[in-house]
Amino acid sequence: MSQDIRIKKGLDIKLKGEAEKVTEDAISSNVYTLKPEDFHSIIPKLSLKVGEKLKAGQSVFYSKANQDIKFPSPVSGELVDVIRGEKRKILAFKIQADNEQQFVDFGIKDPKAMKAEEVKSHLLEAGCWPFIKQRPYDVIANPTKTPKAIFVSAYASAPLAADYDYVLEGKEKELQAAVTALSKLTEGEVHVSVGKSSSSQFAGLNNITLHKVSGPHPSGNVSTQIAKIDPINKGEVVWTVTPQDLVIIGELLLTGKFNAERVIALAGSSVKAPKYYKTKIGASIDSIVKGKLNEVSKRIISGNVLTGKAKDLKGNLGYYDNIVTVIPEGDDYEMFGWNKPVFKKISTTRALTFSWLFPNKKYDLNTNTNGEHRAFVVTGSYEEVFPLDIYPMQILKSCMYQDLDEMEKLGMYEVAPEDFALTEFICVSKQPHQEIIRKGLDLMLKEIG
Amino acid sequence: MGLKEKLHNIKEKGKGKKWAPAFGALHTFLYTPNDTTHSGGHVRAADDLKRTMTIVVLALIPCLIFGMFNTGYQHFQAFGEPVDFLSWDAFWIGFLKLLPLIIVSYVVGLGIEVLFAIIKGHEVEEGYFVTGMLVPLIVPVDIPLWMLAVAVVFGVVIGKEVFGGTGMNILNPALVIRAFLFFAYPTWMSGDKVWVTGAAERANQIIEGANLDAVSGETILGSLAQGTDLGYSVSDMFFGFIPGSVGETSTFLILLAGLFLIFTKVGSWRIMLSSVIGAIVMGLIFNSVVDFGWIQEGTKFYTLMNTPYWHHLLLGGFAFGIVFMATDPVTASQTTKGKWIYGFLIGFFSIMIRVFNPAYPEGVMLAILLMNVFAPTIDHYVVQGNVKRRLKRLKVKTA
Repeated sequence: MSQDIRIKKGLDIKLKGEAEKVTEDAISSNVYTLKPEDFHSIIPKLSLKVGEKLKAGQSVFYSKANQDIKFPSPVSGELVDVIRGEKRKILAFKIQADNEQQFVDFGIKDPKAMKAEEVKSHLLEAGCWPFIKQRPYDVIANPTKTPKAIFVSAYASAPLAADYDYVLEGKEKELQAAVTALSKLTEGEVHVSVGKSSSSQFAGLNNITLHKVSGPHPSGNVSTQIAKIDPINKGEVVWTVTPQDLVIIGELLLTGKFNAERVIALAGSSVKAPKYYKTKIGASIDSIVKGKLNEVSKRIISGNVLTGKAKDLKGNLGYYDNIVTVIPEGDDYEMFGWNKPVFKKISTTRALTFSWLFPNKKYDLNTNTNGEHRAFVVTGSYEEVFPLDIYPMQILKSCMYQDLDEMEKLGMYEVAPEDFALTEFICVSKQPHQEIIRKGLDLMLKEIG
Repeated sequence: MGLKEKLHNIKEKGKGKKWAPAFGALHTFLYTPNDTTHSGGHVRAADDLKRTMTIVVLALIPCLIFGMFNTGYQHFQAFGEPVDFLSWDAFWIGFLKLLPLIIVSYVVGLGIEVLFAIIKGHEVEEGYFVTGMLVPLIVPVDIPLWMLAVAVVFGVVIGKEVFGGTGMNILNPALVIRAFLFFAYPTWMSGDKVWVTGAAERANQIIEGANLDAVSGETILGSLAQGTDLGYSVSDMFFGFIPGSVGETSTFLILLAGLFLIFTKVGSWRIMLSSVIGAIVMGLIFNSVVDFGWIQEGTKFYTLMNTPYWHHLLLGGFAFGIVFMATDPVTASQTTKGKWIYGFLIGFFSIMIRVFNPAYPEGVMLAILLMNVFAPTIDHYVVQGNVKRRLKRLKVKTA
């Protein structure tokens, strides 16, 4: 049963610096980094010691809460450093790559013939489990539970997002293997959403339910699609996987190797010639952007401008990211910026802001907050960019005063921080919506589980 | 070194100091700060609270300037030496009367805001931007300045700061100020002398024995409540050539301001529209009571009940109240459905209070304050609807 999804509420943030559909190889990175912060709520335990050699796919660390969940090395080489912060909390694992790459052989599998338990243990063993995330709480899926459905959003509506149709080109076999395997893990269906006018690789696959999505961002957010297709109720669990991670899972099944390679977009107005690059999970930012940026103060983001993480040149490509966005920093004052007419920034109001006149203009936004943090004042604006059947301001406030009962009633099981990226973007009071929601989800995870 | 750098250096020096919020208020007035995003999204839309508030103040300016002309015009009119409406004489009187009110309102109000910001160590918030401009427009022009100052202190401290400042208050601070004046100094806030500048002074002179003619300083509502009709034309009422609070008289300019607020998406059109609907419904009910002959001519409420329902929209502070004060997002209902209910009831109660409370014929202030109190309750029930829908979905599933 296919069901098309069309949303009206939302906002497309059109930015300059979209990646041209040309793929080059990025410089191969010497050092690869894994950061536990990419795997929210996971407390890492080292699988091997500093100085030990390891192959691509070999476990570097595992989850303290569930030692079956392993986190593999994207490359073969040597674990050269474990960087620790306060209270010896692990911040990063550094792996020096070998010139000759060696892979752990997990064995070629036939997904059609595999049973659910086999799929599960295979994915856990080969370190592909962290690619599967769950709702509620937007954390790595709990392997002991069975989801009512699995959702894959193959439609990227975020600003400057990498085009899935392009990066997945020629990956039909891998995708098919992955979805066939995953379909064993759920009692429901594997729902895949693609853009309405796209020529997606998913269109011809078996074992999936295809949905066509149209409308402004966040139509590509998986929460939006879940809400339209099969909303999460209390006590239910759904899993989500991104298409590019499906490719890695598929390759594992077909070849027995954990291949961390992925095509990412390097985009944003501070990039000289935005295009796509082939690199690996955990590669250093330097290896991706070196020599490709304008000479102005800029912010490098692993991920898109709404949900990504700020990185410096020594930083690394995030575990789940398929885009590096670079935009100018906005650390400058603007005279009478609060009352003069605005043409160069985006606004959903018409309060002497004129972006409503130019719906197709592309903007060169910087990181300035355009104002100071305030208490919530304006009402009714969030709802215009928020397509879920949830009261955004009320749920944010319930997170702030930590009323678990109310958070649950208002729909916390259905949301992820990224769903509040747009309300955060337009927030007149400059409140940190995503952080508030993340803290709220963490509290629920801790108290309710 | 330019001004920008100089101010930046002072800001850096002041970090963590007591005076930092006071300096920050001035600094951010000149320059949007150099703050960058450090959590969540990396870009932000252009609007901040200052811009939002400025739009409202901008919308108030035409009412203010018109009010200055009208203050003088009504003064000369009442004293029997009429001048042209758009004359320098008229404007000058109004300007001299209003400027001190504006200064007192802002100096006292912002002073308290800065004081609280320093005590609590946060930035000075913009809420008083609008309140400070509203206050001079909704009080009688002849109000003594000390009285205004006392009221502003009460309104800002009790109406806002005790709840935690801008965004946390339950009642609209400007209306708290006005309500305080109304209940603490009723003779200055109602009656037939206060609405035209000079009328009260003339009355005092007469009492002291001066041989002068008494001057009426009454609003149309005041006279209607007493059963008399001053005979202003509808066009006078619509364009605002009538006595009343400074900002409230010109329904025409308020209508334009309302459209501006709706266009800029700063004011809620739902609240404005539903208030008008509410007022019309109540007005029609009263009109029908008269039409059915359930109330006799000459009885207490007859004149006001007999006022055509659409006249009510033009009279008194109704238009001003619903455009500028009912729409205050902090004290109004926050949900879309709630806004319809909230607005409707404000309109409904405004006209009801106006008709049934002849001692104080302006109902919109009390109606808004009343609904401010009930706004969270309305929202609660609206949100419960969403909660129930979610629970129902679960039950259908498990059934």
